[in-house]
Amino acid sequence: MLKQVTMAATGLVLGLSMTAQAGTLEDVQKRGSVSCGVSTGLAGFSQKDEKGKWSGIDVDVCRAVAAAVLGDSDKVQYKPLTAKERFTALQSGEVDMLSRNTTWTLTRDVSLGLNFAGVNYYDGQGFMVSKSLGVSSVNDLDGAAVCIQAGTTTELNLADYFRAHGMKYTAITFDTSDQTRSGFESGRCDVLTSDQSQLYALRIGLKKPSSAMVLPEVISKEPLGPVVRQGDDAWFNVVKWSLAALIEAEFLNVTSSTASKLAKSGTPEQQRLLGNTGDAGSKLGLDAKWAYNIVSQVGNYSEVFERNVGSGSPLKIARGLNAQWNKGGIMYSNPIR
Amino acid sequence: MTNGTRPTQPAGSAPAFYNNPRFRALFYQLLLVIGIGYLVFLIISNTLANMESRGIQTGFDFLSTTAGFDILMTLVDYDATHTYFDTFIVGLLNTILVGAIGIVLSTIIGFLMGVAYFSSNWLVQRLSVVYVEIFRNIPLLLQIFFWYFAVLAALPSARNSYSLGDAFFLNIRGLYLPKLISEPGAGLVYGSIVAAIIGIFALYRWAKRKQELEGVQLPVLRLSLALLIGLPLLATLLSGIPFTLDYPQLKGFNFRGGITVIPELMALAVALSIYTGAFIAEAVRAGIQAVPHGQTEAARSIGLKDSQIMKLIVVPQAMRVIVPMLNSEYQSLVKNSTLATAIGYPDLFTVFVGTSLNQTGQAIEIVFMTLAVYFAINMTISFTMNWFNSKVSLAERK
Repeated sequence: MLKQVTMAATGLVLGLSMTAQAGTLEDVQKRGSVSCGVSTGLAGFSQKDEKGKWSGIDVDVCRAVAAAVLGDSDKVQYKPLTAKERFTALQSGEVDMLSRNTTWTLTRDVSLGLNFAGVNYYDGQGFMVSKSLGVSSVNDLDGAAVCIQAGTTTELNLADYFRAHGMKYTAITFDTSDQTRSGFESGRCDVLTSDQSQLYALRIGLKKPSSAMVLPEVISKEPLGPVVRQGDDAWFNVVKWSLAALIEAEFLNVTSSTASKLAKSGTPEQQRLLGNTGDAGSKLGLDAKWAYNIVSQVGNYSEVFERNVGSGSPLKIARGLNAQWNKGGIMYSNPIR
Repeated sequence: MTNGTRPTQPAGSAPAFYNNPRFRALFYQLLLVIGIGYLVFLIISNTLANMESRGIQTGFDFLSTTAGFDILMTLVDYDATHTYFDTFIVGLLNTILVGAIGIVLSTIIGFLMGVAYFSSNWLVQRLSVVYVEIFRNIPLLLQIFFWYFAVLAALPSARNSYSLGDAFFLNIRGLYLPKLISEPGAGLVYGSIVAAIIGIFALYRWAKRKQELEGVQLPVLRLSLALLIGLPLLATLLSGIPFTLDYPQLKGFNFRGGITVIPELMALAVALSIYTGAFIAEAVRAGIQAVPHGQTEAARSIGLKDSQIMKLIVVPQAMRVIVPMLNSEYQSLVKNSTLATAIGYPDLFTVFVGTSLNQTGQAIEIVFMTLAVYFAINMTISFTMNWFNSKVSLAERK
């Protein structure tokens, strides 16, 4: 009896570990959907509308991966995660990938058993203050109370910056970015700090957006990108190159509306990207049309950017660092060939 | 031993050792312990191997690295240059603080409301019933949100604070109190407080003895209060008032100096106290109702006043029912204090399992340490209350 129990338990423990280490790519193909960790709601990056449909620049990375792997960008299961939950959810296999405005840092890349698959948005930390405060620079904020989201790189950068400038502050930490906004709105803190893109998103969510302003200073580098588990290289490659295909499509001037035409009549590079020639798809373990599916269903990086955070959205963020490398930005895809 | 009805062993052949019931019991228990130990070992080694193979770092080395983030409220010296172990201590102390405040307040509220249920005053009696029914039936998290987002968030900004004599200020950032700073000579005052407390104990024993021997009752409460207030006051005056007050002052954005009670602490402590107080009130009511009515009638017939009946007859007998229930209410209170994370009060759960875990990624180590801490706190409460329980039960049997 006891022996049976021991053996069953042993089997259970070993069994669990084995399923967790199996290939994520096969799991996703078998399941027919990508399980993607997103934020609990951040305008422009990952947010749910009243019909329950997710959209945003991070959501589009999930959709690109689903399009590449399953041929259908709608086959995504979104799991909203707080900043505190996100890495554990990925490590434990609860989600296949994380696309949740997550900053790529050495510690996270090296010690958490995770791999960053690229950068889909170059961000930096900024500050939002109430206009009535009469402050024009971060350096006037000595003694301020600062609302901040717990478990972020922002929390660390803030401490570094204020210490380096010999200023004091009070950190008031909340679980979600919505809570930081209500803390800021109720006057619990003078300043809200976060990645600049988030500040714009949070600002338009205020009751009176015109009463607040974003200070000009950017105090950190925040490269945001999708994350996968370490040690599953096939899946890592799929996510990495799905993101690259979005960026490469913009570089090659392939859009969602021109993709089907260019697949047959485009330049050799365009035809190779869209799977008419070459064998990039089979090397990744995917359909030859993987990148074609991404571009035709999700669009290229420029379309994704403008639709979610750029001119086509309420945020109206300029491309800036996120422009292509040959247009003054640093967005650069490694060659797909 | 053998009583004739059971078959006895034939003489000369002792039972085989494996048929010896004592041996068998021990053997199987040993087997079980080994089995469980092996299972635990297997789980731990398997977890470690899996984490190793996935490149997740393990171990407690992270405790000595610099944390790099600040914490809203710290009872000990802490800033961003301190280590993760210090964040553990800061969180632990904040948890103990809110737990201690909650236990004291909820006990006071609970006993007042529990006794009020038996009041002959209709209004007071109804108040007790309404209080218990409202606060016992609303989820605690909702109550915390109510106090934090509805009540405290309605307070004015720092510049428009409510103030009392330019010493106390209340605004949305918290309650600001003057801080007592002791100067040389303050030792005498602290000593006098200790002396007063010892004096009260001596007075109590002496008064009890006097009553037993001579039947004379002393006004113990009034004498104790006089001792507690008079002695330190005298010492303060004698040593030339060895204190200065550090008043909070509005400088720049916020008040500086003095003591700040953050609104997160107020909301959490109030919510926990009122919620748990409702359960304690019910425990007190149950305890009092468990005392047979004949006891009260008997007491009345020998001419005791109502207040004396409560104090001398009912409460001592009710305690044996109340104390075990108090024990579990206190433990729930400590566990419920982890809801702090919803409003950002920096308790152990928010700071250590929240921020520290997220910055280091050492989930297993941190969760394990935190589990051990809550276990230890609740075991301490349990032992203390069991000890107290044995005291009240013994007193009853005399």
